[in-house]
Amino acid sequence: MDYQFQWRPVLRSLPEMLWGALQTIEIAGLAMLLGTILAIFLALAKRSGKTYLSLPADMWIETARNTPALFQIYMLFFGLGSLGLQVGSYAALLLGITFNNAGYLAETFRGGFAAVPETQTRAARSLGMGAVQTQWHIVIPQMLRAVFHAMTNQMVWSVLMSSLGVIVGLTTDLTGVTQELNVVTYRTFEYFFVAACLYYLISKAFTLSARVVAWRLFRY
Amino acid sequence: MYFGGSFSWGDFLFLLSGAVTTLSITLLAVVIGTVLGVLFGLVRASAPGWIGNSLGAVLDVFRSVPLLIQLVLFNSFNSMLKLNWPTFTVGCICLGIYASAFCTEIVRSGVDAVPQTTRRAARSLGLSWRQELTSITLPIATRVVFPSWIGLTLGVMKDTALVLWIGIVELLRSSQIVTSRVQEPLLILGITGLIYFVMSFPIARLGNQLEKKWGTQ
Amino acid sequence: MIAIENVHKQFGALHVLKGVDLSVKKGEVLSMIGGSGSGKSTMLMCINGLEGILQGRITVDGVEVHAKATDLNKLRRRIGIVFQQWNAFPHLTVLENVTLAPRKVLGKSKEEAEAIAIEQLSHVGLKEKIGVFPSRLSGGQQQRMAIARALAMSPDYMLFDEVTSALDPQLVGEVLDTMRMLSKEGMTMIVVTHEMRFAREVSDRVAFFREGRIHEIGTPEQIFESPEKPETAAFLKSST
Repeated sequence: MDYQFQWRPVLRSLPEMLWGALQTIEIAGLAMLLGTILAIFLALAKRSGKTYLSLPADMWIETARNTPALFQIYMLFFGLGSLGLQVGSYAALLLGITFNNAGYLAETFRGGFAAVPETQTRAARSLGMGAVQTQWHIVIPQMLRAVFHAMTNQMVWSVLMSSLGVIVGLTTDLTGVTQELNVVTYRTFEYFFVAACLYYLISKAFTLSARVVAWRLFRY
Repeated sequence: MYFGGSFSWGDFLFLLSGAVTTLSITLLAVVIGTVLGVLFGLVRASAPGWIGNSLGAVLDVFRSVPLLIQLVLFNSFNSMLKLNWPTFTVGCICLGIYASAFCTEIVRSGVDAVPQTTRRAARSLGLSWRQELTSITLPIATRVVFPSWIGLTLGVMKDTALVLWIGIVELLRSSQIVTSRVQEPLLILGITGLIYFVMSFPIARLGNQLEKKWGTQ
Repeated sequence: MIAIENVHKQFGALHVLKGVDLSVKKGEVLSMIGGSGSGKSTMLMCINGLEGILQGRITVDGVEVHAKATDLNKLRRRIGIVFQQWNAFPHLTVLENVTLAPRKVLGKSKEEAEAIAIEQLSHVGLKEKIGVFPSRLSGGQQQRMAIARALAMSPDYMLFDEVTSALDPQLVGEVLDTMRMLSKEGMTMIVVTHEMRFAREVSDRVAFFREGRIHEIGTPEQIFESPEKPETAAFLKSST
């Protein structure tokens, strides 16, 4: 192999890449937060038993789960654009991952609700607790444990998916910044290798902190 | 602006040929991923702790770094080492290794799901380690993990969309090529999405049903 | 007083209660016995409104349980219930299990609730276990915790739904001892049970359920020694 590695320019642009990493975390985190909120509504809509609620929820969930995430981002970026709704690459990426997260998490939450036995609700109500108190103190804490692991995985997915922004022209997240530097310098391997390391660190940081949170939260 | 014509039968066939590419990459990647995954998975499940754990840690890297980055790195490896493999090969191998990282954990969980007592009982009947593995553990484990394996296959199929970044014309890229001519992105993306859905949904449903049916036993 | 008048209940096509009349006075211990599916557990669930009824009337100290205007949450404070599956809240410690309802429902302060909880937990012999999670307790201990949890609301009535049926045989005794103690203290209790010796020993009256009705009711001596109805005799013979 006569390839000469050049790491110095990469190290020089490390601060830029770290800023990109920050944006990656921001997008992934926001998409997770919004996705979680939407997923709760989707899961409730599916449980409602009313077709006009459960059918759109089903369509959302199945589209999110049965088409590529990149396709979902394209739909927002190119598809909405043709309707005259100009969506920037940042927004298309954020909304695309949010759409995807919500679809997957909705299924997770549905399973989570089912994992808390009906008898727990009964026991709480028999002590005179109201419906809201029962959900808040008894059902949701237990559901949270049932879905916590899946949510951690989805968070990592959210980080990994955010790398797709570059394909619709995003230049400010970690992959986007890396690609910009790559186009100027052609040191593809070096730049993307460092980017890979940073992604690995971000993923592990989320996984490990989730483990600490779980350890603190679920002592039982 | 009007560039040329509306969506034609030829365009649709073009999309379908993209879908064929998508399926070919999926198939090859899943084969590579499964073979490696079974191999690694058995090592993870039966080798001494530190070997299994280090293998696990290495494979974990592939699950913690975006596939897009892995593709770019693989592709630049290809040119750095002057291998001159076609991008199709690069895509399949990269996706295959990526899939093997997930398949390994699936295989391991399957082997772990076979009770130790069952395995001991088989060994006490005089079966060798290999005989026990092929006639007891693997059949049981296969059944346990088959639904997750289907999930993995569908996941790989959806992930093949990313190979467009290294220049392979699969389904999603085909749709863009058609769009550049027909200029009706919503329609063409809609059709593309439908093709993905048709390839994925029935199999996903089957997987769910198997999971329900076999999970209760 | 709990008064039950002509109560009917259906699950779909299944007519589980076909006109039950019964009244339980303050301080009384009433046992409900009978085969599975005879309606006794369902009857219990109707008393604190966990199940609705089709027809008839249930009143607890004059408050009609199934009337629209009745605040069930308020009513349930006065009726404790313990289930067959003890239904410990797994994510809360033993102490938190017992203090939750007094704090959230009765609005007691943390200190007040803990004082009550510790008193009740000592009462059922679990004082040493207050800091642990239910998963660390045996079935019998979890069931005694469930009793303490219900008692912490200082109910006027206690309902027991086959509380020993899911327990290992060697753990049944400790739970029955706790209930025996409560009956001696004058608690009004309705006990659905398969433990005939226990029913005989602690009850003031025993009601035999059959096909959604009270087939026979009387003092333990009457029911166990000289049952009037042949079905009662047959049931008792089969369950000893």
